[in-house]
Amino acid sequence: MSALDGTGGKAFKVGDDVNTDYIISARYLDVYEPEELRAHLFEGLGPERAARAASCTVLVAGRNLGCGSAREQAPNALKGAGYKAVIAASAARIFFRNAINVGLPVICAPDAAEAVNDGETVAVDLAAGTIRTASGATFAFAPFPAPVRRILEAGGMYPLLAELAATAGRDATGTREGASWA
Amino acid sequence: MPMTITEKILAAHAGLDRVEPGQIIMADVDVALGNDITTPIAIDEFERSGAGRLHDPERLFLVMDHFVPTKDIQSAMQVKKVRDFARKHDLPHYYEPGTAGIEHVFLPEQGFVGPGDLVIGADSHTVTYGALGAFSSGVGSTDLAGIMITGRIWLKVPETMRFVFHGTPRPWVGGKDLVLRAIGDVGVDGARYRAMEFAGGAVDSLSMDDRFTMANMAIEAGGKCGVFHVDEKTRAYVNGRCKRPWRVFASDPDAHYCAVREYDCAAIEPQVAFPHLPGNTRPVSLAGHVRIDQAVIGSCTNGRIGDLRAAAAVLEGRRVAPYVRLIVIPGSQQVYLQALAEGLLETFVRAGGVVSPPTCGPCPGGFMGIMADGEKTISTTNRNFIGRMGHTGSEIYLANPAVAAASAVAGRIVGPDAL
Repeated sequence: MSALDGTGGKAFKVGDDVNTDYIISARYLDVYEPEELRAHLFEGLGPERAARAASCTVLVAGRNLGCGSAREQAPNALKGAGYKAVIAASAARIFFRNAINVGLPVICAPDAAEAVNDGETVAVDLAAGTIRTASGATFAFAPFPAPVRRILEAGGMYPLLAELAATAGRDATGTREGASWA
Repeated sequence: MPMTITEKILAAHAGLDRVEPGQIIMADVDVALGNDITTPIAIDEFERSGAGRLHDPERLFLVMDHFVPTKDIQSAMQVKKVRDFARKHDLPHYYEPGTAGIEHVFLPEQGFVGPGDLVIGADSHTVTYGALGAFSSGVGSTDLAGIMITGRIWLKVPETMRFVFHGTPRPWVGGKDLVLRAIGDVGVDGARYRAMEFAGGAVDSLSMDDRFTMANMAIEAGGKCGVFHVDEKTRAYVNGRCKRPWRVFASDPDAHYCAVREYDCAAIEPQVAFPHLPGNTRPVSLAGHVRIDQAVIGSCTNGRIGDLRAAAAVLEGRRVAPYVRLIVIPGSQQVYLQALAEGLLETFVRAGGVVSPPTCGPCPGGFMGIMADGEKTISTTNRNFIGRMGHTGSEIYLANPAVAAASAVAGRIVGPDAL
């Protein structure tokens, strides 16, 4: 099953400018495994909200989600906690890349991000480009650019790295076939 | 078709005559870098990929700087993992304490980056190298692994915002204040996914150290990169220092900008970013009465020799206020030695400060100045998020080195003129 199949779950809703320090504090950057990181997810938002975050699987955020540090541990912590998808009004670019690379889809859909209520169940259809809320509202979002779609279809960047590794030798000829997968 | 400096550098590294915003390209990377936080994951991904060998070991720079000298067993294990990898692949550019310093201070000072380069680092403050007229941007660990394997990365060409600073900066105003003013103006996502091009007479008058500070904080407005044009100061900096041939790119006069912001430096005082966002800025004269417990001077933002000179100029012959800790962190071994030779370190110690070895230390909440509940630090670092430097009940105020030094003396946030 790729990340482009239908997914969803209970929404954990946060506001604007939620940075990667809040998602996972630098104190835990000497931990790599998603399963270990999950214990510290959203500690920066306080114990009560962190506990609630642990019971959800779809992150719904305002503007500029994941601003700040480049730590890939942030989307990894979300993945480790069982998060299936992220819906945001907008996302910071490094967080966006990192999340896609670990196979966690980030959907930029301001209308949906505003409409979804905290704790509400949402269904996401990545192939069709729709978000459906428990209350019946449906939102469409723009398709991902080609490289992003390719990575999500593969379930993250990791399987593609092996593919790139297998073809890396040919790059030495000076051709730009590396561009073909974008 | 006119292009900006950013578009030209990206086009040149993608083998294209021209590119336009929104276009996705596959770009050759001149310099890739990772640190002790991000590289271990990249190593795992690299090893699992089966690549076996690096695309180009000469272009990979691994600088251990965040939790070093290693602060505990976990950080020691992380650095050991990277050190073992460097040994296994006989990497020419592996650095740890004693040989380097903070990555974004160390690489340009050693001439490893030059104008026109395309630099990608697994660290958000990789944007720093734009001060040299290069394109540089941060990514995460998996993207670094991709570059280690292929030497390339896919990038979306950003739109460019132009920030023009007119006039002459006032006394005690530096690059930190101009960039904080800009972030305060556009907000912490005001330049999200965009290139930030800095220009104007005031920018021309700034030292390279001040320009590094400005490019470094482009990320705090969401910028994909911060960039300056090459001038005589840039040339003087890279001549005899830069280890590879370099190339000057410049924006065409009629290049397209998605937005232009203009500032009159006559109206810009030293700035202070209040908790908990870098965009929450005020002029220091409007800071009110904010008592501080600690002042931190250092980081990839303000850990260069010019920064230490500004702090020492304020601290010379003065003492830090009772119950206030002053922590000074030179950004690299070279900065440390220069500060030693100039007597700056003695000034800091005689003022009642402690001098740390080069490290990111307290900036990302690692060590060397972590705050307790209710404490306040004025810091020359780059982020003042909740809990960034310790307890979630602590507060960080961002400022330039002279303001941080003056505040350490006064025990509350003030500019040097108020002493």
